[in-house]
Amino acid sequence: MLEVQHISHQINRKVLLDDVSLAVWPGELVAVVGANGAGKSTLLKTFSRELSPTQGQVLLDKKPIGQFSALELARRRAVLAQQNPLAFEFSVYELVMMGRYPHFEGQPRPEDLAIVDYALERTGISQLAGRAVPTLSGGEQQRVHLAKILAQLMSSEDINRPDVPIRQSRYLLLDEPTTGLDFYYQHSLLEVASELTRRGYGVVAILHDLNLVMQYAHKVLLLKEGKALAFGKPAAILTTESIRQAFNLSVQIIHQPELDCPLIVHTRQAISVPLTT
Amino acid sequence: MQTDLQPPLAAAPSQRIIPTGLPRSKGWWLNGLLLVLLLVVMVWSVGIGAVSISVPDVLAILLRQVGWEIAAVEPQQETVLTVIRLPRILLGVLVGGVLGISGAAIQGLFRNPLADPGLIGISSGASVMAVLMIVLQLKIFRDLSSLSGLYTLSLAAFAGAVGTTLLVYTLARKNGRTVVSTMLLVGIAINVFCEALRGLMMYLADEAQLRTISTWSMGSLGGASWEVLQVATPFLLLPILLMPRLSKPMNAFALGESQAGHLGVDVSKLKRNVVILATLGVGVAVAVSGVIGFIGLVVPHLIRLISGANHRTVLPASALLGAIVLTLSDLVARTIVMPAELPIGIITGMIGAPTFLFMLIRGAGNRA
Repeated sequence: MLEVQHISHQINRKVLLDDVSLAVWPGELVAVVGANGAGKSTLLKTFSRELSPTQGQVLLDKKPIGQFSALELARRRAVLAQQNPLAFEFSVYELVMMGRYPHFEGQPRPEDLAIVDYALERTGISQLAGRAVPTLSGGEQQRVHLAKILAQLMSSEDINRPDVPIRQSRYLLLDEPTTGLDFYYQHSLLEVASELTRRGYGVVAILHDLNLVMQYAHKVLLLKEGKALAFGKPAAILTTESIRQAFNLSVQIIHQPELDCPLIVHTRQAISVPLTT
Repeated sequence: MQTDLQPPLAAAPSQRIIPTGLPRSKGWWLNGLLLVLLLVVMVWSVGIGAVSISVPDVLAILLRQVGWEIAAVEPQQETVLTVIRLPRILLGVLVGGVLGISGAAIQGLFRNPLADPGLIGISSGASVMAVLMIVLQLKIFRDLSSLSGLYTLSLAAFAGAVGTTLLVYTLARKNGRTVVSTMLLVGIAINVFCEALRGLMMYLADEAQLRTISTWSMGSLGGASWEVLQVATPFLLLPILLMPRLSKPMNAFALGESQAGHLGVDVSKLKRNVVILATLGVGVAVAVSGVIGFIGLVVPHLIRLISGANHRTVLPASALLGAIVLTLSDLVARTIVMPAELPIGIITGMIGAPTFLFMLIRGAGNRA
């Protein structure tokens, strides 16, 4: 289990996070939602140990995250960042191979090559392997970085025995992973994440599209101004009232019998459109 | 309806995947080719000069040194080759190698293909100290014989390099972390100061001193001897041998500090190691051969154009190409105005600057 306990974070007296607790169990996809500046990225950076909080602690399997070496941690959790700067023109293949760096010394082993090939195929970029990353479109680059973190976390057992759950829990931290992706790949990405949760991975994802949250997340944390507003199953948490509170926006929640989950649409208060004429 | 929305993805491949081992072998080819080229250039250029020695004679003389006589050799040729040419060629190879690889490593550290060791004050620190020694004629420097004088000058230059690098590194530290962009800005400020100090010294200098300063600040391998090599070789070899071991973390570093951290790279350790090795290498290089510009900037850039960005290839290849370029530049420098010689920095600058401009314009065109 990966958890943050009573996390507070301040920079120059500005409170970014205020007593937030969140636990991710293996097999769970937890979405973090909230308005811009609500503290979502700060929370994710605390999870990844990029930021040490002013107060509170981060635990991986009940052990403070500070007790893990950088390398141990790199084998247990991977981060899909919002910004992906790249200083030099690496090829897609080389960049995805970087995901395997925590696993080998010197030259990559055959299993590292196999896992990179698998990650390329799984994200649908095998045919781009030889291309220079900066020449790709934004969405393609996002998929390259997804392939990189897949390569970072997966083991050869994931490929060869996909039905057996993983032995040691591993975590994906996704910061707005669907940004820049087209409709198809937004769902594709969350499908990959869901499949990993079925194998025993835990996922924390910052998402903006509440309908994606409804469809894919097991649990959702609603943040407002650094405070946890609500936490629980999406259908129970994402209500007209809570969304109004978090986003200052009025929405309607539509239940369609032929859909698995409710649909959230924005309603303009000023114009009330009658349903029948 | 739901089934239509369900993205088919790439269906999870179930069978075992055979590794294709994609573009990995290219780097070995390039490095092998450069190594052969370097050996050819060395054997060829060692025979050229006031006393011309043919390639078979060069090989015969070299083999004689290791106790294998295949042909008669001329004693005069042998003396010229072993006493004058060989140490000079070897020093050129080592200095060129260290300038090339340090340039590549510093560019990796700054995540900027336009950075070079001069940028963080390594070269200017070394040169300002040397100029101070020349002009102020400190007692120790004046009293010692010429060889020891050279040592003192070298030692002062090295101390200057270490001093400025430490200063830049310390000033750029904030809350225990080195901020790379601040390091760059501090480096620029230090460079300006060093330049001013150097200008002041040149203003105070007399004719003879000016001449020494100008030769020295444009670089020359004229000081090469076996004694110099004996002192400098370990320091020049160390960065060349150790830096390629940092290629994996340096690749990850291209993704930015936080992402490199996510991949398990100890970012502060990497930064420290690169700065220490580059200062050691470039500091000693400036100490024995003066300031030789543009190799550290242009060579890694050229390699990246050929092989891509992977430091596993770029680092050793930059060392090899740096060695080749400097050996050839020195060949031109010592033969073009025989019996005098040109400072080598003039040659590298004249070839380097247009090459660099060409690459810049071409690069800008590619990105537009």
